[in-house]
Amino acid sequence: MAPTTFSTRSSGTGRTKPRDSGRVAQRIAVYVLITALAALFTVPFVWLVSTSLKSPAQVFVVPPQWIPNPFVWDNYPRSTTFIPFWQYFRNTLYVTVFNVIGSVASCSVVAYGFSRIQWRGRNTLFVVLIATLMIPYPVTLIPTFLIFRDLGLVNTLNALVVPSFFGNAFFIFLLRQFYMTIPQELSQAAKIDGASEFQIFWQVILPLTRPALAVVALFAFLSNWNDFLGPLIYLSDKENYTLAIGLYGFFGRSKTEWGLLMSAATIMVAPIVLLYFFTQRTFIEGITLTGIKG
Amino acid sequence: MASISTRSKPKSQPLKPQARRDLIHGLVFISPWLIGLIVFAAYPLISSLYYSLTNYDILSPPQFVGLRNYIDLFTADPLFYKAVGNTFYYALISIPLNLLIAILIAMLLNTKVRGLSIYRTLFFLPSIVPEIASAMLWAWILNPQFGLANALLKAFGLNSIGWLTDPNWSKPSLILVGLWGFGGSVVIFLAALQDMPRQMYEAAEIDGANTWSKTIFITLPMLTPTIFFNLINGIIGAFQYFTAAYVLTGGQGGPAGSTTFYSLLLYRNAFSYFKMGYASSMAWLLFAAVFVLTLLLFKSSGRWVYYEGGDKN
Repeated sequence: MAPTTFSTRSSGTGRTKPRDSGRVAQRIAVYVLITALAALFTVPFVWLVSTSLKSPAQVFVVPPQWIPNPFVWDNYPRSTTFIPFWQYFRNTLYVTVFNVIGSVASCSVVAYGFSRIQWRGRNTLFVVLIATLMIPYPVTLIPTFLIFRDLGLVNTLNALVVPSFFGNAFFIFLLRQFYMTIPQELSQAAKIDGASEFQIFWQVILPLTRPALAVVALFAFLSNWNDFLGPLIYLSDKENYTLAIGLYGFFGRSKTEWGLLMSAATIMVAPIVLLYFFTQRTFIEGITLTGIKG
Repeated sequence: MASISTRSKPKSQPLKPQARRDLIHGLVFISPWLIGLIVFAAYPLISSLYYSLTNYDILSPPQFVGLRNYIDLFTADPLFYKAVGNTFYYALISIPLNLLIAILIAMLLNTKVRGLSIYRTLFFLPSIVPEIASAMLWAWILNPQFGLANALLKAFGLNSIGWLTDPNWSKPSLILVGLWGFGGSVVIFLAALQDMPRQMYEAAEIDGANTWSKTIFITLPMLTPTIFFNLINGIIGAFQYFTAAYVLTGGQGGPAGSTTFYSLLLYRNAFSYFKMGYASSMAWLLFAAVFVLTLLLFKSSGRWVYYEGGDKN
């Protein structure tokens, strides 16, 4: 063994140069390719912000200008008065905040029941929970709409909020995976100290699973901030519109006001981008968790 | 299986106090979901099956018509076939393309590039942009006269394309828009790659494997569970594809019906024409299709999905 390794090594020294330069070329190729791809993904963002700072005349310049000259900041205040922006913003915030509260509250409790208590039928019901993930939303869309109509909730923001208080299969699954990793001894010790099941949930499990709750809160925020179909179906009066559906109306009415449209879109995207930069790790962990454990 | 069924017999006897307490606690804790399951899943499923056998315009009570809606869909509705075709077109091209590019990017990122988190951010960010905002942005980029896409083509001396106005280009354009937002799968694939055991590659290197054969014989097989997961998600997503097409065509599914996707047609039947029964039968056909496809994929997975320590399965 020893001689052969030695001989390959010695012959290796003679070849180091071509092999190293080959490796360097490979590295350069990787960087060129990945940077080019990343640029392709970034260009639309640049174009979004660039257009949002242009006057109507600048927007239609051929060939297009990348850097507006001059910068027209006026689009931003105008796009918030052109539509009742702040009202849409308040509505969106209402839907989003209550969905976050509802999802975190209901899913954490339900996930506890699916992971920290042993009871007959638990696994069967958990299979049912997973199966509901496969139901395409169009199947339940119409009856659900009719239920909300009978409850008098159509055309109210609460139609978009109420379901979150009854758990979300995906979030429950996610939290359960977390709860399963906590040693059972912790619960038993608390039980010996006389803690009730709810006290164990509240005082032992919840504090230990804050990162998982953050993932749920983040995803709930994101999906409701971005939701288009829900508001499209349930909200008909303009005063109830969320940003997504409000912007759609704006888009339909002013197809050529690209500067204004892009500034409104930028305002809607900005909170999401900010949120990403402040919670990057939670984001990536959450996405990773859902993909790998699934 | 046999052992479970024999064991379940004694269980039908009265429960011990502890087991009883646990059962009650368990049910209390999952009760929010249990109520939700009945109200927002079980009841809607059953009633939409019933509605699918009726004529129902919301204003007057549903009238039972048997299989009429299903028969009409297959024999009297050319738009139905158009929507099915469009949806398959979208799924068959966008899902493999998404997977291929996501895996490629994840592999490139996994070669210990510097600034990994910056690259990852750039690929990931578009996927969390609100669909309405990204649709507006792409409507502008793909604008036939003043859009960036045609300006680029012109710069290379090429003819401009009617991205969203030409029926031949409208679906490829929407696939392109979809590709922009697939960063989530890049992150998932990258995490899967980073999880792979080093030793296996080292062993292969000792045996003289080059980058190419390592990719084909180690990386790809080890990625199959992740590919499987993304494939199922992709199919369910493609069958429900709605928002971008709706926004970019003003809800019309044009030009010439070329972007009338299945869910778009269903939505229009239900909420524009108030043909709730007809739309419900479309919904159940969709459900059946998703169910069969998922089942087939699960059945086939034994043959191509590699599970670590998979002897148990």
